Amino acid sequence: MADEMKIGAYICNGCGIGERLDSSQLEMTATRDGKAAVCQQHDFLCSEAGVKMIQDDIDNEGVNHVVLAACSRRAKTEAFNFDNVTLSRANLREGVIWVRPDEDDQRETTQEMADDYIRMACAESKYMKIPEASGQQSVNKNILIAGGGVAGMTAALEASKAGYPCTIVEKSGELGGATAKLYKKIPTSAPYADPEDNGVDAMVAAVEADSNITVCLNSTLTNTAGAPGRFAADISTESGSTETKDFGAIVQASGFTEYDANQLPEFAYGKNKDVVTQMELEALAKEADGGAIKRPSDGKEVQSVLFIQCAGQRSKKEGHLEHCSGYCCSASIKQAMYFKDQNADVDTTVLFSDLRTPGAGGENFYRSGQKKGVIFTKGIASEVVDGANPTVKFKDLILDEDVDLEVDMVVLATGMVPNAGQPSRAELTDQDNEDIAAEKAGEEKEIRIDVESILNLDYRQGKDVPHMDNGFADSHFICFPYETQRTGIYTAGPVRRPMDTQQAMDDAMGAAMKAIAAAENAGLGKAAHPRVADLSFPTFRAEGCTQCKRCTVECPFGAINETDDGYPEFNESRCRRCGTCMGACPVRVISFENYSIDTVGQQLKAVDIPDEFDEKPRILVLACENDAYPALDMAAQNKLEYSAFTRIIPVRCLGSVSLSWITDSMNSGYDGIILMGCPSGDDYQCHFVKGSLMAQERMSKVGDTLESLSLEKERVQTYEISITDIHKVPKIINEMVDTIEQIGMSPFKF
Amino acid sequence: MSDLNTGMVEKYRNNFLKEVEANVEEGDWVKMCMQCGVCSGSCPLGTDWDHPPQELFMMIRAGKREEVLQSTSMWMCTSCYNCIVRCPRELPITHIMHGLAHYATRLGIEPKGQPTRQFAQLFWDNLAKNGRVNELWLGVNLYFMNGLVEGVKVALGMAGIGLGMLKAGRLSLKELVGGHTVKDKKGFKAMIKKAQELEAARVDNAQ
Repeated sequence: MADEMKIGAYICNGCGIGERLDSSQLEMTATRDGKAAVCQQHDFLCSEAGVKMIQDDIDNEGVNHVVLAACSRRAKTEAFNFDNVTLSRANLREGVIWVRPDEDDQRETTQEMADDYIRMACAESKYMKIPEASGQQSVNKNILIAGGGVAGMTAALEASKAGYPCTIVEKSGELGGATAKLYKKIPTSAPYADPEDNGVDAMVAAVEADSNITVCLNSTLTNTAGAPGRFAADISTESGSTETKDFGAIVQASGFTEYDANQLPEFAYGKNKDVVTQMELEALAKEADGGAIKRPSDGKEVQSVLFIQCAGQRSKKEGHLEHCSGYCCSASIKQAMYFKDQNADVDTTVLFSDLRTPGAGGENFYRSGQKKGVIFTKGIASEVVDGANPTVKFKDLILDEDVDLEVDMVVLATGMVPNAGQPSRAELTDQDNEDIAAEKAGEEKEIRIDVESILNLDYRQGKDVPHMDNGFADSHFICFPYETQRTGIYTAGPVRRPMDTQQAMDDAMGAAMKAIAAAENAGLGKAAHPRVADLSFPTFRAEGCTQCKRCTVECPFGAINETDDGYPEFNESRCRRCGTCMGACPVRVISFENYSIDTVGQQLKAVDIPDEFDEKPRILVLACENDAYPALDMAAQNKLEYSAFTRIIPVRCLGSVSLSWITDSMNSGYDGIILMGCPSGDDYQCHFVKGSLMAQERMSKVGDTLESLSLEKERVQTYEISITDIHKVPKIINEMVDTIEQIGMSPFKF
Repeated sequence: MSDLNTGMVEKYRNNFLKEVEANVEEGDWVKMCMQCGVCSGSCPLGTDWDHPPQELFMMIRAGKREEVLQSTSMWMCTSCYNCIVRCPRELPITHIMHGLAHYATRLGIEPKGQPTRQFAQLFWDNLAKNGRVNELWLGVNLYFMNGLVEGVKVALGMAGIGLGMLKAGRLSLKELVGGHTVKDKKGFKAMIKKAQELEAARVDNAQ
């Protein structure tokens, strides 16, 4: 890298930019205002010749800061891919000419827009550095797998096949997990008609035969420190010995526990021995091993059995599970077949309220059950009356009547509780936090978290991966499958969401691939999802830090620990580069090499603010690069117009927005500011989990700042924008212009 | 109650579904219903049924033998085949409805005085005679099925239409005596007889 900064600005005249804008004027802006040492125009910048022109300047002229005035930063990324330079992009196509009408009386404001974007890109360029990996870690190909069920074993086998040594840590004395306890499993291949062998023995044999896989039985993880690429895990055996091993990434396949049916006294569980759970029926079926299943109370061969679906689940009642466990309908069909296949005269009734058989073969399996004569009754059970034979009271929802049905045995489909470990610090109750504080202070205090930790992470933010809805360790089911809120740790199987054996195996393959990618990326110092391969990472100026700890608290990924003297300690490879810490820092000491308070702050200052009497307001839009900025680009592709007074700056996440940018822009004379982030809350779409939520919180306090400047609150507005809100974004901008017209121009224009 | 009915009750006891599977045309499809209700929603006469098809299927599974077989519901079916076309599980619902009606008739426990049932019987008797429908007699029998007084009333009410049809040649008074037949009436009768024998044998087998 050359020592001296040399900005090269390149203006594209293709895609109509040349016709709509005065390119010699743009060139002048770049050299005069933007201080570009080199400035060239090209009619087709993303062509081979155009790219070569730039590359030649980089190679021969010493250009190390490239400014492209062409299309959106999201377009032509493959063509404009230069090594060892910083890259800034002035969005003249999607940001200017496509959102403005091609009319003579609009030429002036359109040109102003383009000039400003060039000034902004040059200003950003000046404050950017070329990111270099910190070298905190090297590649460590070892994968740690917590849990030796089918998900864990699948992950190990897949990773091993790809050449990555694995260590399975299993708490119990044998591999196989919940699936090993099944007599048979839900079919996984066509014609999906009959239960299948659970397949665990073959899988265990494959694991044991694989020299790349180490199995630690009767073992738990007592401490997991470090970060992707350099995890150090203490594997402790029951006998007390502990071994510390290093890993590149972690797959957590800790499975589920069957919901405790003792919480269902209405179904006589615990009182009547012939009321059993699905897992208990599996044990009975295993015992019978193809013969007639005998009921527990008196060993009588079962002649009639009723399955109560959704027992204690899909219910908002206290102590019940709110979610659908997704596998129990198919499991009940399978178990009804245990009876039917042995003796077709056994009466089997599945009492369901909504029958759901997910998976490719689900519907076929349901049909097969019907063909075998399993009766499916739509109804809701209210009670099981204890007796020599249990009697199920239920409401038949099709015939609309109350029914009492005496059967030999009742099976409760109780569903899954994830083994997700302890809640993270943010999820703890106040009492829990007090107890933890007391314990840290040396008092002997029992912490009342009754769940054992799985990973025992040595993270400031908690011992396990944070939980989502209903206690599952996930991140965002639709948008970011497999991702958890801890980088380099991937959950698979029922700990992530309820699922059956086959789904858990598919899930494990995905998690294994993610873990491999994380280990490799960490070794190169590159970020994981969603800023994949980003080399920049946050650093802080220690002398300015006030040890307020806001960054460590607000980091959505637990990337920041605290040193003993209270300073933040960044773990580069845990970081997803969202910048939420940067937005949180009240003293603005956190920055990335290519994204900092200055790279954005100087952009907004570079905009030419016209005189108050020019009647040309300036609206600043800080748009999240993940969803809002693409939505704006797509609005432009659809030629939806918005005001020429708009200046848009993409940000990594709304969580990275520093309040200083708001005050700076107000002081510079902007008339309005619009913040666009992803939806937050329960159905959040923030790519960094809670960045947009943080921003919402921070911005709710911005009104006071505005008041102290005697400015109207309406001047700063925050919106939640999904990537599909293409028609909404121009409206929001134009409404802001109308608002400014009503409340008047900012008095801060100098 | 017929002997046949008593015999069936005795044979199947509490398992009406099995009885339907063994005795009703396409009855073994009943268990495949998944209670989506598309048939009930698609039936143009659905609001006039006491129990729409989906509910009948559930009642069969729940063992409500008398309620099903004595129901007027399946007699309401006009064979429009909307339900068959739409059933996601491809149940031959129309056929099952007629199968149930037929089975109830065989057992002698069908709803008496149900007009569709009565018309169906008249139609069959009329057709089975000559192998061709005799419209004149079918009309007369239909008008007078509820007695002489009401028959006269209905007939007078329809007189205009009848005369019109006569004029247009759509109805012939010659039909009053004899009427038109199939070419091979003997063969037709033999065919019907054979079919009835086969059906009787099937029923015997089922018992």
